[in-house]
Amino acid sequence: MIGIQPIDQYARDISEEKQASVIDGSSKGTDKRYHVLHEDYPNPDSLRKLAAAIKDHTLHHLGEYLEKAETALTNRGVHVHFASTDEDARQTILSILRQHNVSQLTKSKSMAAEEIHLNPFLIENGVECLESDLGEFIIQLDGDEPSHIVKPIIHKNRREIAETFLREGIGGEYNDDPETITRRARVHLREKYMVAQAGITGANFVCSDTGRLVLVTNEGNSRFGMAPVPLHIALVGIEKVIPQEKDLAVFLNLLGRSATGQQLTVYTEFINGPRSANQPDGPEHMHVVFMDNGRTDVLASNCKEILRCIRCGACQNVCPVYRQASGHAYRSTYGGPVGAVLSPILFGSRFPELADLPKASSLCGACNEVCPVDIPIPDLLLRLRDKAKRESVPSAGAIPMSPFAHLATSPSFWRTAMTMSKAMNHLPIQVAPIKPLQDWLGQRTLPESHGGDFRKWFKNRK
Amino acid sequence: MATQLQRPTDKRVLLMGTCLCDAFYDEAAKATVEVLEHLGVTVEFPEDQTCCGQPAFNSGDWNASRKVARHCAKVFAGNLPVIVPSGSCAAMNFHGNPLQFEENPDPAIDSLAARTWEVMDFIVNGLGVKKWPGKFDQPTRIAFHRSCHSRGTASGAATLALLESIENAIVTPFGQAEQCCGFGGTFSVTFPHISGRMGSLKLDNILDTHPDILVSGDMSCLMHLTGLAITQGRPVEHCHAIQLLRKTLP
Repeated sequence: MIGIQPIDQYARDISEEKQASVIDGSSKGTDKRYHVLHEDYPNPDSLRKLAAAIKDHTLHHLGEYLEKAETALTNRGVHVHFASTDEDARQTILSILRQHNVSQLTKSKSMAAEEIHLNPFLIENGVECLESDLGEFIIQLDGDEPSHIVKPIIHKNRREIAETFLREGIGGEYNDDPETITRRARVHLREKYMVAQAGITGANFVCSDTGRLVLVTNEGNSRFGMAPVPLHIALVGIEKVIPQEKDLAVFLNLLGRSATGQQLTVYTEFINGPRSANQPDGPEHMHVVFMDNGRTDVLASNCKEILRCIRCGACQNVCPVYRQASGHAYRSTYGGPVGAVLSPILFGSRFPELADLPKASSLCGACNEVCPVDIPIPDLLLRLRDKAKRESVPSAGAIPMSPFAHLATSPSFWRTAMTMSKAMNHLPIQVAPIKPLQDWLGQRTLPESHGGDFRKWFKNRK
Repeated sequence: MATQLQRPTDKRVLLMGTCLCDAFYDEAAKATVEVLEHLGVTVEFPEDQTCCGQPAFNSGDWNASRKVARHCAKVFAGNLPVIVPSGSCAAMNFHGNPLQFEENPDPAIDSLAARTWEVMDFIVNGLGVKKWPGKFDQPTRIAFHRSCHSRGTASGAATLALLESIENAIVTPFGQAEQCCGFGGTFSVTFPHISGRMGSLKLDNILDTHPDILVSGDMSCLMHLTGLAITQGRPVEHCHAIQLLRKTLP
């Protein structure tokens, strides 16, 4: 009847070390965000609501803004492609790479690329693909998966990373000092940058009025990777367009603060298009691949607000379930609250398989409270629970509710049941052969039943 | 959370006692009546009330929860304010219900939403009571757990203001206050492990401040936290915030 939910089981099985890393990283993220945002703005909520309104407006006119962006990009000499599925996006990128005879490239962190599993695809097709973001680089060395939107290795500690470097022969003997690890990675990566023939990035924003791409990083890796290569391909979800460049004043101020507690990330790159005649370096060829991959379906659904997401990871940091279970528990590119909404609907055909994700929440609303674009995540989780029920998706843990509804709409039965519940005080209910009840009572002591006492008191005092 | 504008502030109100007070926490419901009466309010208790429907709503069985919500809206029909000693059940009325009826709006549901007040919010923002005339005999450390359903509402600030105004009350902040207690209704049944861990972390943070008493505006959070605390051998004195208001009256 009621089985253990997969995410609860994952949290039981997770190693203490991994869980400690996740809890530590995410709690610090939450605290930093709070302090930076509240120190700088007397009312951060009004800023969040403004950002939400801009995003909603954009999504409402998404077709128009994409067209504007396409025109502006083309005028800058950028080749623009539209990919409706993940397969289209992969093939488009591969064919551009083949036209330019690319066999080695560097890639800066991109959730869109994670979403379509671009790396393994390119490697299969003979293109060496090196992650240049430190966290993603470590993920790649370990054959692991990122578990957080902005901190892909939040689940690892520095000892594990030092062991990886030792195993891979990067930088010599074991050393788990973070600065040493970073320095060693830098030396290793710089050699690779110089031989790469292309750079692949995502984009945080695409300004549809100017056609400029905006990328934020803390390591400068995308900027560095772009300098020596002749070809730049940006893979961008269609929801990343914003109406005007000046809207960045709102989004950039919120993104850094929400993601990492920084007023601004260390690098904010504005990419104007391919190298112009008077620029000393930079790619001569630039392609932007706008990817749908389920986004227009989401836009047509009753969960379209999730497309406001600017991928800051604040909801992951604050979520108590994410903290206990880690991002890997969500069995998809996007974990935590945003993933619990996005994953089941973005990959439409995976809904039945991922319909348990929206249940992994106490609906506490902390995710909505910290969201820089005010996504009502708990409401969306509820709508998806309703969808799962309506579509009769068999998911573990669906407690049958019609007996409850029957009782709660029959006042006299209800009153009798309340009075009868006192019998529980004299029965050893913890031995009742009901597994979830036993689980619950194994950890918790139920208060004594006072069923119907208030009603009696209220009536008698009149 | 939905913004409620111009909710009625009559001195005659309907009490929505909540199923938890009906089954376990009669003292919280009694205190609600007595505090409201102390403020000159006439309290009526519609006998046919049951539950707000939240268990079915949160489980995703909206067919079931809409039936319960309709029953609830019928029981509390009229123009009077509906006062609830629970941020969670109040939020079900003014936020959850409009959500589950968004495709087929129902005037009775909208009316209930527009008249529902969490009790502390009603006392402060409905009746205009800004200071509570209560007193503890000696300095008393209070841990106030702000329940999740009061996020984005006026209830948290209202409760805090009243508690802090009690003479000799020392409201002691604790760490990671934004974190959930882990109850979440059926969530605690279907995710027993994560729910238990969440509750234990919350208890760690609360007990670190050595409170004399733990209070909240939701008995469900307290049932979960103290249920864990007792099993873990670290029981903590607790009650609904409204019970403290009642207890400290001269």
